[in-house]
Amino acid sequence: MNPSASVTSPRQGSAAVGVSVEGLSKDFSGFPVLRGISLTVNPGEIFVLMGPSGSGKSVLLKHVVGLERPSAGRVLVDGHDAADPATRGRVRMALVFQAGALFNSMTVYDNLALYPREHRLGTEAAIRDKVMRSLQMLSLENAAGKVPAELSGGMRKRVAIARALVMEPQLMLYDEPTSELDPVMSATISEVIATLREQYHVTSIVVSHDRDLALGIADRVGILMGGRLVSLGPPADLRAPSDPRVADFLNPSIDLRNPRFRRLAG
Amino acid sequence: MAAETSNPPEENESILTSAPRQAVRPFLRVLEGIGSCLRLLLEAARHIPTLPRQFGRFIEQCYLIGYTTLPIVAILSFFIGSVLALQSGYAAANIGPKQFIGLLVGLSMARELGPVMAAVLLAGRVGSAIAAELASMKVYQEIDALETMNIPPARMLVLPRLAAVLAMMPVLTIMSDLVGWFGGAIVAKYTHFISIEPASYFATMRQYMDFGDVLNGLVKAEIFGFAVVLVCCNIGLNTRGGPREIGASVTRAVVTSLILILVLDYFVTKALM
Ligand SMILES: Nc1ncnc2c1ncn2[C@@H]1O[C@H](COP(=O)(O)OP(=O)(O)OP(=O)(O)O)[C@@H](O)[C@H]1O
Ligand SMILES: [Mg+2]
Repeated sequence: MNPSASVTSPRQGSAAVGVSVEGLSKDFSGFPVLRGISLTVNPGEIFVLMGPSGSGKSVLLKHVVGLERPSAGRVLVDGHDAADPATRGRVRMALVFQAGALFNSMTVYDNLALYPREHRLGTEAAIRDKVMRSLQMLSLENAAGKVPAELSGGMRKRVAIARALVMEPQLMLYDEPTSELDPVMSATISEVIATLREQYHVTSIVVSHDRDLALGIADRVGILMGGRLVSLGPPADLRAPSDPRVADFLNPSIDLRNPRFRRLAG
Repeated sequence: MAAETSNPPEENESILTSAPRQAVRPFLRVLEGIGSCLRLLLEAARHIPTLPRQFGRFIEQCYLIGYTTLPIVAILSFFIGSVLALQSGYAAANIGPKQFIGLLVGLSMARELGPVMAAVLLAGRVGSAIAAELASMKVYQEIDALETMNIPPARMLVLPRLAAVLAMMPVLTIMSDLVGWFGGAIVAKYTHFISIEPASYFATMRQYMDFGDVLNGLVKAEIFGFAVVLVCCNIGLNTRGGPREIGASVTRAVVTSLILILVLDYFVTKALM
């Protein structure tokens, strides 16, 4: 469980990569979701993205891995257009999907082993080693033989993270990695993310509402609201946000006499 | 909610332009479907060199396609052969030469019903399963995950299935032919108004048929089977939405396959004459 007992062997050609989002807009059948987002994530940086539900965080991550095509603007990963399928061959990137996206017909072990097997990264024994180390990091040794349907929600999330770790990516994207985990496991995930950066200079973009994670490991925090980036700065800014919308988002007051759902309805 | 407001522009267009458009829409959809199937085929063909190392998947698919479809193909072919013998015996009772029943059953099974039965059952048993599996992988983002891992779905999911169906269709079709012929022979012997001996039933078959007739059926079967698997993969991979759309994709895959088999049957039969 000590993250410094790393999953990864030293990798070849693993220069850190940066991401730059340039005027990115996306609408789904005329309904705008992202409205002109520009931001740069530096090589080796840990960038945390926060924002209300439905503000477009997952859609933004999908643009970075090229699963969505921009309506306007573009995303560059290490200088290559993310929408070009060839970029995935040039830059190793992994996305931890919000819902896990595990292969339901395969065991946990095979889920993790698929990437190295398909890309022929070593013998079956070497792959086994790598997979088991990655499972250990997330306390999943006993789940190796199970299929996703037999796992709890938090275990599924951890398998998704372990599967991404096995890929030894240069760019890691996490969609709410700690949302279903207990506090100790959440802290472990934060440690894993930070360790990957320390040891391998992995660039990370983390979508998360976990303030401990943001304050603990983020280099910068961006806040997305209604498809716009409304705040961008060091995590310390979260303690005293200047924008009132951001302040209300981060420290929502619970007012039983005048509840939010009535305010919105009325 | 806002998404719905984007519909009106279409309705605003004049009836004059929209009526012909309604009429051509089905054709456009057919063309679109053909186009996306061909794209998928090209994409899968690009990965043919990886086939040897996907041998395990190929064998697994052969098992799923061949072994699970074989029993039902056998049962159906038996009854098709029987009914062919019965009907032709009924017709021949009035006009004479009963020994040609063997030839009639033999040719119909080999050239037409063997391959068509095998393909129809393939669509029902295997095509539906393929569409359901790939549609569910698409809806639950497994296909997206494969893409981010730089593992092309056409290579891992489509190519082994296409290779397996090419390997298994001849087996299914020959099985169908043989069982159909024997079904016909049994009926020909034991039906009182026909009652010809199997020896003479098979003798006419041997005399007037050659391997070319069987081969003709095998070519058809390969074409039908390949088309069914390609179409079902394509429909599965292009599913969008949730659980209900998985069901809709399965229905669409089976219906499209059945139409395709009969349409192709006409053109291939004509081309092979
Ligand atoms: N494929 C799609 N088609 C149509 N609309 C979509 C699609 N994907 C996302 N949206 C819409 O885009 C908006 C943003 O979705 P997104 O999943 O990015 O939210 P999010 O910020 O990740 O929220 P959460 O914190 O709840 O995960 C939502 O209004 C959603 O309905
Ligand atoms: Mg999300």
